[in-house]
Amino acid sequence: MAAPVVEVTSVSKTYYRDKMPIPVLSNLSLVVPEGDFVALMGPSGSGKTTLLNMIAGIDRPDSGKVTVAGTDLGALGESDLAKWRARHVGFIFQFYNLLPVLTAFENVELPLLLTGLSKKDRREHVASALELVGLKERMDHYPRQLSGGQEQRVAIARAIVTDPTILVADEPTGDLDKQSATEILDLLTQLNRDDHKTIVMVTHDPRAAEHAHVQRHLDKGELD
Amino acid sequence: MTQTTMRVFKLIFKNTLRHKLRTFLTIMGIAVAIMAFGLLRTFVSAWYAGVTQAAPDRLITRSKISITFTLPLAQKEKIARIPGVEAVTFGTWFGGYYKDPKDFFAQIAFEGPESFTLYPEFIVDTAGLRAFGSERNAAIVGQATMERFGWKVGDAVQLTGMIYPGQWDFVIRGVYTGATDATDISQFLFRWDYIDQRMQQEMPARAGQVGWWVIKIDDPAKAAQISNAVDREFDNSADETLTETEAAFQQSFVAMAGTIIFSLEVISILVIGIILLVAANTMAMTARERISEYAVLKTLGFNGGHILGLVAGESLLIAMLGGGLGLLLMFPLLQGVGAALRAWFPAFPIDPMTYPLAVVSAFAVGILAALFPAWRAIRVSIVDGLRRVG
Amino acid sequence: MGLFLNYSFRSILVRKLTTTLTVLGLGLVVFVFAAVLMLAHGLEETLVETGSPDNVIVVRAAASSETLSIMSRDQAGIVKTQDEIAVDAEGKPLAVSELVVLINLNKRANNDPSNIILRGTTAEAFALRPAVKLTAGVMFTPGTSEVIAGASVAGNFRGCGLGESVQFAGREWQVVGLFDAGGAGFDSELWADVEQVQQAFRRPIYSSVTARMRDATQIPVFKNRLESDPRMTVTVKNEQQFYAEQSRATATFIRVIGLVVSVIFSLGAMIGAMITMYAAVSNRTVEIGTLRAIGFSRGRVLSVFLSEAIWLSLVGGAIGIVAASLMSFVTVSTTNWDTFSELAFGFQLSPQIILGTILFSLAMGLIGGFLPAVRASRARIIESLRAE
Repeated sequence: MAAPVVEVTSVSKTYYRDKMPIPVLSNLSLVVPEGDFVALMGPSGSGKTTLLNMIAGIDRPDSGKVTVAGTDLGALGESDLAKWRARHVGFIFQFYNLLPVLTAFENVELPLLLTGLSKKDRREHVASALELVGLKERMDHYPRQLSGGQEQRVAIARAIVTDPTILVADEPTGDLDKQSATEILDLLTQLNRDDHKTIVMVTHDPRAAEHAHVQRHLDKGELD
Repeated sequence: MTQTTMRVFKLIFKNTLRHKLRTFLTIMGIAVAIMAFGLLRTFVSAWYAGVTQAAPDRLITRSKISITFTLPLAQKEKIARIPGVEAVTFGTWFGGYYKDPKDFFAQIAFEGPESFTLYPEFIVDTAGLRAFGSERNAAIVGQATMERFGWKVGDAVQLTGMIYPGQWDFVIRGVYTGATDATDISQFLFRWDYIDQRMQQEMPARAGQVGWWVIKIDDPAKAAQISNAVDREFDNSADETLTETEAAFQQSFVAMAGTIIFSLEVISILVIGIILLVAANTMAMTARERISEYAVLKTLGFNGGHILGLVAGESLLIAMLGGGLGLLLMFPLLQGVGAALRAWFPAFPIDPMTYPLAVVSAFAVGILAALFPAWRAIRVSIVDGLRRVG
Repeated sequence: MGLFLNYSFRSILVRKLTTTLTVLGLGLVVFVFAAVLMLAHGLEETLVETGSPDNVIVVRAAASSETLSIMSRDQAGIVKTQDEIAVDAEGKPLAVSELVVLINLNKRANNDPSNIILRGTTAEAFALRPAVKLTAGVMFTPGTSEVIAGASVAGNFRGCGLGESVQFAGREWQVVGLFDAGGAGFDSELWADVEQVQQAFRRPIYSSVTARMRDATQIPVFKNRLESDPRMTVTVKNEQQFYAEQSRATATFIRVIGLVVSVIFSLGAMIGAMITMYAAVSNRTVEIGTLRAIGFSRGRVLSVFLSEAIWLSLVGGAIGIVAASLMSFVTVSTTNWDTFSELAFGFQLSPQIILGTILFSLAMGLIGGFLPAVRASRARIIESLRAE
């Protein structure tokens, strides 16, 4: 078994809505080896997105430890965490979250602006990322000029352009029709198989989950 | 009031509190605009204060050449004899300063205590008037100037003359207040014979000269007629005159700054208009964002009238709050500005028309903001409206 | 950096109506601010140009304007005999004794009365003031009731055009010539023969003596001697300085009113900008969350939104400055409180005004945009992503 990329150890998290405590995760542990493709499943409110957010470094547990690629995320301050995310995480959201005023090219370029790469280098990386997702000829189009499936592919290009350690996907096919959904999932499978990308995906769609190697189920904050 | 209407009102109020910051800013924006509106109106009316305060039964006669030329005392008798003239007195511009030439205030030489009978709007106490009559170097000073320099009745004050060169010593024997809050209570009034006496000794050519005649007539309707009669009397003499109503006389001073007043009025309307439009657009923005909620209300049974009430009600509430706040803030602002511009505006009264106009403007903004969104909200089909939910 | 400029600028363009209104509001405030400063500056420039650095003017002590000054013939004579005064080709001193009075004439536009300066002078005036040139007709003949009119008076006042005649002091005066002083104060004057003026107004005196110095460095010596001379109580001033001081009260008045108005309006504009930016922030919550998730720090998000506010203020400011600079084609004619006479002057731009206006504009953008930008930067990632 490959070295673990993600190590979640005994994490707990409680949310407060208007002063009412809602426990989301209880003493949860998870290990994701390198090159793995994990689907986190569970009903609404099971905490799967919260777990994903912690792995991605955009949320912190109340207790427990999250280590990704050897780094204890709890030890990082806000701005260090931001820098860490830029380098190590690629995000794929349910609603694509492309910036509407930027072209496909510029959207994919975004994470690269946080590195020290020259304009020429950035251009190369963006071009190859867009080529990989099959949208190079659309690089100057705005999101409103693209279909849902195409937008998500641009989003995936954005997620991989910095060659991150892990890809996190939150319901990537939630807003797509069956055909587009299949295309996206095939793309993710390709990235995992051919480029050895470690992927942690949250989904409630069993068919989507079938594309992953491993399926883990969460219920009421606990892993099966 | 039906139950539903009450609910609507409650909803309006709560809606306003949803985006507290945006609501607060919009109210502030409208308040600033209304405040500025009030300031500018007061400004313009302050310019015209002299004109609006002018007595309809007073005429002013000045040298035809310009106000800077004097007229001989001897003209008084002839003017007094003209039919329709009840009383004649004069004023003479002294044009000096107290300590610092930059601290401007009007200094005018009066004929004597009887001059005050032609100026009923200047209220002086009898002791002061008596002293004015018995002491040659007595001065009666307007309340505003007294406060400005911290003078008290009985103080000795020295003025430096520019038109009448040299140092001049006066004793303040009285204070005058104004009959209305637009009356000019900044003047420093003293006796003409005090200047004339020194002129007879030092510059005889300038003795026996006054600045302008103040004529009280029996019938304001005959103003034009009597004015002409006065001027005809001195036509082709060495000292030709120009007589006009006091209002026209004051108007000529206002006209001198005419260009500036006009530009201020134009610019203020434009800027205030834009600020109000921004506020209106903001409120329209808010209403637009709630289209889906209005659709939901419709499914519950609220009709178009209720929706209109909601949209317009919120807009109006914010607009009127802004207008009210603006009017409130106007007072300290006007105090401050009035003090800073004392030299040019002896009186800075708030024109009563300003209040209703401000209220109407705020109301108009509220309505304007609500118009388009309300129309949309009422007309949108429930299905379309709901589609915008999440 | 690329992100800021592109992204910020394009984001502004999305909400077209709101942005347009905000920019217009900012632009108008900037316009008022700049225009007021330009007007005060224009007034000062006009009066500075009225004098020449090589000339001195002698008036009665403490007289702030020529109309308040009285000098006798003897006193004028003493001034003219001083050594420091330059002489012309024939050895006559280059000096002119003038009598200045205010007369009241009616404007062409609306027949409103206004005071203008009538300067009783002689032909030497042109030699002393080379910037003033006769542009039409001829110089008045001494001993007659002829006048020449400055460009502004001829245009603005009834009866003051070439060939027309104007009534005052019980006489009719013919306008036989026009002169142009290049925008200086003299353009707002009528010139006539000094002895005729003395007779018509029964004032056998002078207001001032203006003279050319052989050497401007001699002015202090000249000044000292005359001012301590017991036969006269006079003040000697460099001509430029004397006229420049006559802009003081009016320039201050313009600036005070203008600044009060600008500050109040700028408050309104800033509030408008704030509202616009807050709306922008709240409408782009998801974008903000995405940027933060990708790894953009709080500081970067703050800069992005702050730069949007600055864009708004720069565009508005540019519009305001351009509009204000168009005002340079406009002449204003109003009463100069220092001399109590009508003066024509215009709007004049200067590098300081441009700089000051840009700073003012930027300040509005920064202040108005700061709090919303802080709010954007403090957005919590998860809540933002969940929004909408």
